[in-house]
Amino acid sequence: MSKSNIPQFLVHSPEDNVGVVVVEDLKAGTKMLGVITENEGGGGGGGGDDIPIGHKVALKDLKEGDTVIKYGEDVGRMIGNAKEGEHVHVHNHKTKRW
Amino acid sequence: MATKKGKSSAGSSNLSFWGWRRENGRVGVRNHVIILPLDDLSNAACEAVANNIKGTMALPHHYGRLQFGEDLELHFRTLIGAGSNPNVAAVVVIGIEDGWTDRVGKGIAKTGKPVVGFGIEGHGDIAIIAKASYKAKEFVQWASELKREECDISELWVSTKCGESDTTTGLGSCPTVGNMYDKLIPKGIYGVFGETSEITGAEHICVKRAATPAIGEKWMKTFKAYQDEVIEANKVDDLSESQPTKGNIAGGLSSIEEKALGNLEKIGRNCTFIDVLKPAEAPAKGAGLYYMDTSSAAAECVTLMAAGGYVVHTFPTGQGNIIGNPIVPVIKISANPKTLRTMPEHIDVDVTGILRREMTLDTAGDALIDMIVRTSNGRLTAAEALGHREFVMTKLYRSA
Repeated sequence: MSKSNIPQFLVHSPEDNVGVVVVEDLKAGTKMLGVITENEGGGGGGGGDDIPIGHKVALKDLKEGDTVIKYGEDVGRMIGNAKEGEHVHVHNHKTKRW
Repeated sequence: MATKKGKSSAGSSNLSFWGWRRENGRVGVRNHVIILPLDDLSNAACEAVANNIKGTMALPHHYGRLQFGEDLELHFRTLIGAGSNPNVAAVVVIGIEDGWTDRVGKGIAKTGKPVVGFGIEGHGDIAIIAKASYKAKEFVQWASELKREECDISELWVSTKCGESDTTTGLGSCPTVGNMYDKLIPKGIYGVFGETSEITGAEHICVKRAATPAIGEKWMKTFKAYQDEVIEANKVDDLSESQPTKGNIAGGLSSIEEKALGNLEKIGRNCTFIDVLKPAEAPAKGAGLYYMDTSSAAAECVTLMAAGGYVVHTFPTGQGNIIGNPIVPVIKISANPKTLRTMPEHIDVDVTGILRREMTLDTAGDALIDMIVRTSNGRLTAAEALGHREFVMTKLYRSA
């Protein structure tokens, strides 16, 4: 795979509303290439934030109270808003357990 | 010692490794002579013996006094299990008194391996260190002449537990272990996974991976008991910074559900688990994948799995957990390029190519199998070379 085909983010399932940034030092505004690992589907988008490697990016606009879907499963709820391309982490995402 | 190169292709029907066959027929991949303290008080004598006699190793730990009930049973099961592990050739047990020391010695002796116990009371450290050192010297010289033999891969017991996970473990290193189990469980190995708190959010998926509904029910009972009796009874918040850990959060994980789903990637796509083991319990239902009720803390979990009889551990990490174990080689797998760049000396299998889509899970699984065979044949893991020997007893409640 050539360098330009290396994805900036990966998504587990087509149902997910967040992806994972897999490159270091992603800067806001970077035009991103994404791959869905379950079906090798592709996608793209603009990064709306500087997002560290391993951290999540919203794949659509998410509002407070929305369920975050990853692996096609419920992984908690939004406690703040994130627009598509923005960082989803402990500042706006929380467990539904405990 | 034979140094035939391990056949590494996972597709090969005759995968094999070179191990030491013990008196009870089990096969080990290390040949340790251990000096095992019954209790915290006996650590000093054990360390003195290990210092006297080169090639032996003390396993100091913090407990063993005034424990009772299930907690005491777990203490004995862990010590007897560690001594019985096929990676151990012979054992010197030292305790403060003879009674419980003998109980551990007799438990280990059931394997048929050489074991001797010494109680310190009535003699003092110096006399016991001298007596135990003579025995340790005899054991280590005897063990040094034991030969490896070629064994089929089905004789290998491989455990797994991940640590300092992040989102790259769920994408790369955990499914690499899953791919390995999908290939090796059908070849007849024993596997085990655990981490009861860390299935929270993925329990509906885990319970479906039980081989029968009855095993699933047994698993769900274990899972719920931990939630009710430990977490609900003791929590003061939503466990933020404990589960997930600060390291997990730095790596991008932000809920236990997200962490649990990544964790469960370690059991692959096809395996089902055939029994639910108590902590440190040895599997007794034949070859296959087992669940063990363990803490998610790395050293506690690996110690319990070693006590269950597993001889090689596969350990996916994202942020770079550095754990090792004194008797079981711990193979580290990472998909995080930042971790490979900043602390490469801790990682045995680099699967960062998965994130770049340059490496398939199939290739990554084969690379791990290759490393398992090489490690079994004698290659020191990163943790072994760096001297990591974390031996940590699980404590269920306060001592009397």
